[in-house]
Amino acid sequence: MNMKINLHAPGGGRTTTHESLAGAPDIPEGMPSNQQRSLKVNIAGVELKNPVMTASGTFGSGAEYSEFVDLSLLGAVVTKGVANVPWPGNPTPRIAETYGGMINAIGLQNPGIDVFIQRDIPFLKQYDTRIVVNVCGKTTEDYVEVVERLADQPVDLLEINISCPNVKEGGIAFGQDPAAVERITREVKKHARQPVIMKLSPNVTDITEMAKAAQAGGADGLSLINTLTGMKIDIHKRTFAVANKTGGLSGPAIKPVALRMVYQTAQAVDLPIIGMGGIMTAEDAIEFMLAGASAVAVGTANFHNPYATKEIAEGIEAYMKQYDIQDVKQLIGAVS
Amino acid sequence: MTKVKMTAVINSQEQLLKDVFSMWIHSPEIAMNAWGGQFISLYSQDGARLLPRPVSICELDREKGDLRIVYRIAGAGTREFASRKKGDSITILGPLGNGFPKLPANKKVLLIGGGIGIPPMLQMAKDLSCEKIAVLGYRDQLFLEKEFARYAKVYVATEDGSAGNRGNVLDAVRENQLSADVILACGPLPMLRALKAYAMENQTECYLSLEEKMACGVGACLACVCQSTEVDSHSHVHNKRICKDGPVFKAEEVEL
Repeated sequence: MNMKINLHAPGGGRTTTHESLAGAPDIPEGMPSNQQRSLKVNIAGVELKNPVMTASGTFGSGAEYSEFVDLSLLGAVVTKGVANVPWPGNPTPRIAETYGGMINAIGLQNPGIDVFIQRDIPFLKQYDTRIVVNVCGKTTEDYVEVVERLADQPVDLLEINISCPNVKEGGIAFGQDPAAVERITREVKKHARQPVIMKLSPNVTDITEMAKAAQAGGADGLSLINTLTGMKIDIHKRTFAVANKTGGLSGPAIKPVALRMVYQTAQAVDLPIIGMGGIMTAEDAIEFMLAGASAVAVGTANFHNPYATKEIAEGIEAYMKQYDIQDVKQLIGAVS
Repeated sequence: MTKVKMTAVINSQEQLLKDVFSMWIHSPEIAMNAWGGQFISLYSQDGARLLPRPVSICELDREKGDLRIVYRIAGAGTREFASRKKGDSITILGPLGNGFPKLPANKKVLLIGGGIGIPPMLQMAKDLSCEKIAVLGYRDQLFLEKEFARYAKVYVATEDGSAGNRGNVLDAVRENQLSADVILACGPLPMLRALKAYAMENQTECYLSLEEKMACGVGACLACVCQSTEVDSHSHVHNKRICKDGPVFKAEEVEL
């Protein structure tokens, strides 16, 4: 094993769970035990205070969850996909629970870039966190329009959604062919002022081909994975459980798939990776970092626990303390 | 109004019908800030069931800090809740949603509930100080009707005619020649559609409580939208969020 971290720190082999931290008093800043520990990570030249981000589409633009979590405690807030104009999304029902997960087919309902710039960016600027805007579109021109509108905005990173399985045009259509991935990456890069993160779909034969194509197109980083296309049937009503018939499967059920893809991609390209897919706890997040992710995004877990993001950040710190890890970056790709 | 997720203690669990249960939960942080027509979300203990189940608040005891839900077993999640006993703990999130309007004392109100839409009307019957008539629609077996009688004049409709008027709630309204300044209602979609048409026809102010499959329950995920006549504040389309903008809407505000 090629472990770069000390696994034999006092405290034994059992990982501290985030639950055991619940209700524990906050450790004041500057305490000796925390003094040198750094949770900072770097994605494409942008420093995050810790590796915990939100997964696009699960967190709105942060307003709703700010009632539960101080957004300044997060490395970044990744917004719901924003298009050039408002999108109404799909008919209901839009979600269905499945074993250890859920299927969604929201269809990228969003207010469009005008409202987003006027309302959501100023909201997020109140917090000391990085702003990552997820960009969606039906055509290359749509993506470019949004990216250009964001050029003079206080946005730290762009996450380009070429992997939504729930819209008929755009989305995943750009993400399942390496030539198309390279083309849209190059086009977006031409117009973007902020670093460009391409969000990849797992609904491909070999995700590393898409990752390499994004790298060839000039991507500054990768997010993976988006949801896996799935289906649920209501046997009592004899109908599809979501109106769109198919939807994107997320939640802990997909974590092993996501982890494998993050690992493979980390081996295949030289780009920072934001790892996601079923992260529920700090232990899950640490697995993704050990597999090669520079940061992690928490999505479906927010629905199960509105405090999940904050608790995962705390849990990562507790793990570092347990194993006496000074710098969270030591975890990135430490298992290889 | 602050929403909290908390582990609360179950004060009582009572079976009202074969598949309808009543549970009192000690949860002062939620009960003291809640209002009729709002809801809570209940979490399963089984990690494979990720999403909390939204259930409307039936009754509040603000002095004791207790809230009551009356719910129907609809699947594995609600079956699990029904198996919990007095003294067990349950994790809940709330209070969620907007609730019914607080009506002035000079209004006459019809509180209309159909099936498992009956429970949320009970707290309104308790809280409103105006003249109240409750119209409760059942398939066959009755529940909660005696409790409504403490706070309101009660009319019952049953599909099989075994009690009250045969038919639905609107049949009961018509046959008993009931009228009011305001209608507050919760129940199945066909009932709400009929009530909307009735209210429009009679130019009666009408508020309807809707339901839809939810994930977050707090307005973030955009799963539980309904079609709204006006542009919604969130996405500037015509999709109001039932969990956040609702679940209670003015009848003319929504397309049913």
